[in-house]
Amino acid sequence: MKTENSNYVSINGQKFEIKNIIGESIMANKPEKFIDENGLRLDGRAVDEIRPMTIEIGVLSRADGSCYLEWGKNKILAAVYGPRELHPRRMQKPDEAIVRYRYNMAAFSVEERARPGPSRRSIEISKVSRDAFAPVIMTKYYPSAVIDVFAEVLQADAGTRTAAINAASIALADAGIPMKGLISACAVGKVDGQLVLDLNKEEDNYGNADLPIAMTQDGEISLLQMDGNLTKEEFKRALEMAKEGCKKILEIQKEALKKKFASREEVVESLVEIAEEKPDDVQKEIELIKEELETEEFDDLEEDVEQDIEEGIDVIVIKTDESDIEISEDEFTEFNEDDDLETDELEESDTLEVGEKI
Amino acid sequence: MTSEVMASLKKDYIYNLMLKGKREDGRAFDEYRKITVQTNIIDKAEGSAKVCIGDTQVLVGVKLQVGAPFPDAPDEGVIITNLEMNPLASPDFEAGPPKEDAIEMARVTDRGIRESGAIDLNKLCITEGEEVWIVFIDVHVLNDDGNLQDASSLGAIAALMTTKIPASREGKGEDMMMPIKDIPVGVTLVDIGGELMVDPGLAEETVADSKLTIASNKDGSISAMQKTGEGMLTQEKLLKAVDIACAKAEEIREKYLLNI
Repeated sequence: MKTENSNYVSINGQKFEIKNIIGESIMANKPEKFIDENGLRLDGRAVDEIRPMTIEIGVLSRADGSCYLEWGKNKILAAVYGPRELHPRRMQKPDEAIVRYRYNMAAFSVEERARPGPSRRSIEISKVSRDAFAPVIMTKYYPSAVIDVFAEVLQADAGTRTAAINAASIALADAGIPMKGLISACAVGKVDGQLVLDLNKEEDNYGNADLPIAMTQDGEISLLQMDGNLTKEEFKRALEMAKEGCKKILEIQKEALKKKFASREEVVESLVEIAEEKPDDVQKEIELIKEELETEEFDDLEEDVEQDIEEGIDVIVIKTDESDIEISEDEFTEFNEDDDLETDELEESDTLEVGEKI
Repeated sequence: MTSEVMASLKKDYIYNLMLKGKREDGRAFDEYRKITVQTNIIDKAEGSAKVCIGDTQVLVGVKLQVGAPFPDAPDEGVIITNLEMNPLASPDFEAGPPKEDAIEMARVTDRGIRESGAIDLNKLCITEGEEVWIVFIDVHVLNDDGNLQDASSLGAIAALMTTKIPASREGKGEDMMMPIKDIPVGVTLVDIGGELMVDPGLAEETVADSKLTIASNKDGSISAMQKTGEGMLTQEKLLKAVDIACAKAEEIREKYLLNI
């Protein structure tokens, strides 16, 4: 391949005009239709369906709280440091903690390499996103301190600012920072003149509007941006859709937190409680719990329990306020084998109070 | 620090006024301060406008240059918007590269213009894929007495409407006026203790729970929105804000822009 001048390249003696190559590839990417006859989108979703989201909590050991979130092809890592001392001191607020947020895109997260360091876009996003979740943080508990929240976009595929807010919200909970609630965010857009929830890359690139929104669990709006073109009527409907979307995301966030905290902590608490009592009482305890839990899910467990009793192993079954938690056999053995469990895990359970309330 | 001290002293005062349905300077909640728009005041710029809203003063200059288009839009001109919070405009401003407030304001101004399709970017193409006009919109804040955002949006569209493309100077054919397709107007509201007020003064802006800017077009559709500040907004309040903003934008367009 030889470049003759800036406008043409010649490959095997054939001339190609650069602008045509660029022009065609761009046009080729734009889909003709975003929504098919069945009302499905390019990725097979309904107009009011969000992309699948998975959340992992506590993925970074050095951070006080962390979260890895995948949403469609978005991959976001969020970490919370603090509350910690703020330097320089003149930035401190004597009556509350300040909250800092940094949204950053990894250079390799997008098709064309992003220049490292803050861009005007990321500075703006950092600012409005901080405003989106800072109000739910109870900063009065930590005067003169700072709570640093970092969100790193490892792979971007439309909706990174909302994904980063969702991840940050979970990381804050993981850090045990007192909050009034969780923040959930998603975007509504317009393609082919129709409103759609949670834009994918194509819809984001070629759509007619983009409206990222963040909400508290009470439906109060803490982040609102918009560009494109919407009539008043469309805006009203878009707001409703965003609300529904945020509700779904809140459920996913809650589930993730419960999975991480409710199971471990409550099992441990009861384990300690029962272990302190006499072996005879364990039997009584089990009978008691059995009466309470006459559900199908626990049938298997009961058998295990009975088997375990015969073998003379301490067994614990837990019931939470809202839902029954299944405990696998492996988890039992894990707890039983761990000698230092009582002290170690107990300390941790003290700090987990916040997660529990959410 | 200055603004923080003022905030704590003034918050109660402004809040109590609000309860009586009043504002610091006696305006109604949906009333703007006096607006003046002067255009073509900088001869060296291709287009310019000075906007005053009350004591807030903003000067917007538009310059054009020939440059390369973005590869993903080879037949479209380019808009670049920048906002300078000049230290002469306020004791709170410092010299140096733009901070987050300035960047945000510039980008919201930019989105209003860009997303409304105010400029026909295709007409700014000279040779497809090679040369297009690059439109630099530079907003200079001269005096900050609150609501820089609206002054900036208004100044930007006013300056663009007076912009003459210097094609003959650059040897690209005959001069022509900037191809304007729409006239977006940004309206900013603040939420103070649950009441919405348009065109916040400096003190109101400082004590506000949150601030909302809505840019709307001739046909009443919305082209850009931005919420700033830590406050929360309910759905009802948001819809009310949109109604107020669109109505106010229409008024401003009628009174200050259509006659340019």
